[in-house]
Amino acid sequence: MKRTALFESHQKLGAKLVEFGGWEMPVQYTSITREHLAVRTAAGMFDISHMGEIYASGPAAESFLNHVLTNDARALAVGQGQYTLLCNQGGGTVDDLYAYRLAPDEYLFIVNASRIPNDFDWLQRQWAIFPNADQVRLRNASETTGALAVQGPRVAQFIDSVFPGPSLAGTVAGHVSELKKNQVARFRFGTAEVWISRTGYTGEDGVEIVAPNDVIVSAWNRLLEAGQPHGLIPAGLGARDTLRTEMCYPLYGQELDEHTSPIEAGLGFFVALEKRDFLGRSILAEQKAGKLARKLAAFKMTERSAPPRPHYTIWAVGSEGARLGQVTSGTQSPSLNLGIGLGYVPPESAAPGSLLSIEIRGKRAGAQVVRKPLYRKPS
Amino acid sequence: MANVPSDLKYAKSHEWVRVSDGLATVGITDHAQHELTDVVFVELPEIGRQVKAGEACAVVESVKTASDIYSPVSGQVAEVNKAVTDNPALVNTEPYGGGWLWRLKLSNPAELDGLLGPEAYAAQIQGT
Repeated sequence: MKRTALFESHQKLGAKLVEFGGWEMPVQYTSITREHLAVRTAAGMFDISHMGEIYASGPAAESFLNHVLTNDARALAVGQGQYTLLCNQGGGTVDDLYAYRLAPDEYLFIVNASRIPNDFDWLQRQWAIFPNADQVRLRNASETTGALAVQGPRVAQFIDSVFPGPSLAGTVAGHVSELKKNQVARFRFGTAEVWISRTGYTGEDGVEIVAPNDVIVSAWNRLLEAGQPHGLIPAGLGARDTLRTEMCYPLYGQELDEHTSPIEAGLGFFVALEKRDFLGRSILAEQKAGKLARKLAAFKMTERSAPPRPHYTIWAVGSEGARLGQVTSGTQSPSLNLGIGLGYVPPESAAPGSLLSIEIRGKRAGAQVVRKPLYRKPS
Repeated sequence: MANVPSDLKYAKSHEWVRVSDGLATVGITDHAQHELTDVVFVELPEIGRQVKAGEACAVVESVKTASDIYSPVSGQVAEVNKAVTDNPALVNTEPYGGGWLWRLKLSNPAELDGLLGPEAYAAQIQGT
C-alpha cells in the first residue's frame, strides 16, 4: 500500500488507518461524527495527498482540454478552477476532476487517487492522436506532490496567518481569504510556494493546498497550530465521505464509473454541449435531450432503521414492488442524525417525493427521494 | 490503550460476559467499540430466543459498516438493553456499563471455562 508524506503524522495523532484506492489513509483520528461536526461548525483538515496532480501545458492546452473534458475550458480565466469530467466515446466517465488554469498556457488537474494511472494513460492516448499534439505537454506530478483540504466556516479566520499574501500568480489577491469560490492563486509559505484554491468536497467554505510533499508536511503542522484555537482538528476519510454524501457529491467508483455518464449522475451542468465536439458528446447530447434509463436519486430514510449502505437493493414500495436499482453511497448522516443515501433508479422514481423501499440486511425500510443536496446549512 | 476489566470473561470475537445468578450479560469490548467507530444503530435478539455459543445474534452498525455480534455462550435470551437501541452511542461511551447488549439464561455454564480471561484477551488485542 502507498503512503503519503504525512503517514507518520497520522500515526502520531493516533489515526485509525485503512486502505483507500491503494493508499493507507486515516479513516478517523478520534471519531467520524466528531470530525464531521467540526467541519460543519468550526474547521477540519484532511490529508488529500493521495489524490493525483496532472499538468497540461502549451499553446494548444486549452483546445486539448476542450476535446477531452466535458466542461468548457474557455470559461476559465487565469486563476480559476472548474469541476469537469473526463468521458470516453460512449459517454461513460473515466474520472471526475477539478481543472485549474494556473497560467495562460498551463492547467492543473486534481484527479482521484484510484484513477491516476488510468487517467494519465487515457490522456496520453488522446494526446497521441490529437492534431496539435506537439503544442501540448502532459506531466504526472502525483508522486512528488501532496495536498491538504482545510474546510469549515472558521478557516477564513486563521488561513491568512499561515500564508502571508499577496498572491504571486494565478488570481490577484492580497490574502488567501480574498479568493472567491473556485479561484486559485500561488502564495508564499516560508521559503516555499504553494497553490491554494477556494474549493473543497464538504459543502463548507475552505481551501485546498497543493505543494511538493515536504512543503505539505510543514504546512500541515503549521495549520494545526494556527487553527487549533479556532477549533481546527484533523479529519479522516470517514468524515470526508459522510460530508460529501450529505452534499450529494459523487465519489468515483460509487456514483461514477466507465459505464455511467455524467448525465445519469445528475451532473449535466458540467457537460457543455454548446462547445465544439468533444469525447462522448454525441451520446451525452442524446441523453440530455431524451429519456434516461436511470438517474441518480438522493434519499432519506423515513423510519428508524440501520443506515443504508452501498449495494443494498432499492425496491418500489409495496409487497409487489419491483426492483428499482442499487444504493451507491449510504450512511448515517451525522448532521441530520438519520440514514441517507444515493442510488440509481428509473427516472420516474427519481423525482423528489417518490417513496422507495431499501432492503437492509433482509428487511425493507422506507425512504423518500429528496431534492439535492441532502444537507443544507441552517441560515 | 483499550480498557480490559479484570472481572469479565472474553470471546476471541471481542464480546465480554459478566455472570451473576445464572444470568450472563453480554456486550462488546472497549477495543471492539473503538475499532467499529461511532455506533449509530443496534439490532438486538428477540427475548426468548435460544442461542448457541458462537451464533450471530445482534448487529451493531457504525457510520462505516455493519458488524455481527456473536453470543459467547449458549442460552435463552432473557432481557435486551432498550437503552442502547434508543441511544446506540452508549456502546462507544460505556461499553462495559450502559452499553451492554443482552442477557441470557445460561444453558451450558461449562462454556464459560472456554472463554478468555482478561490477560489472555489483552494479549490478543495487543497483537492487532
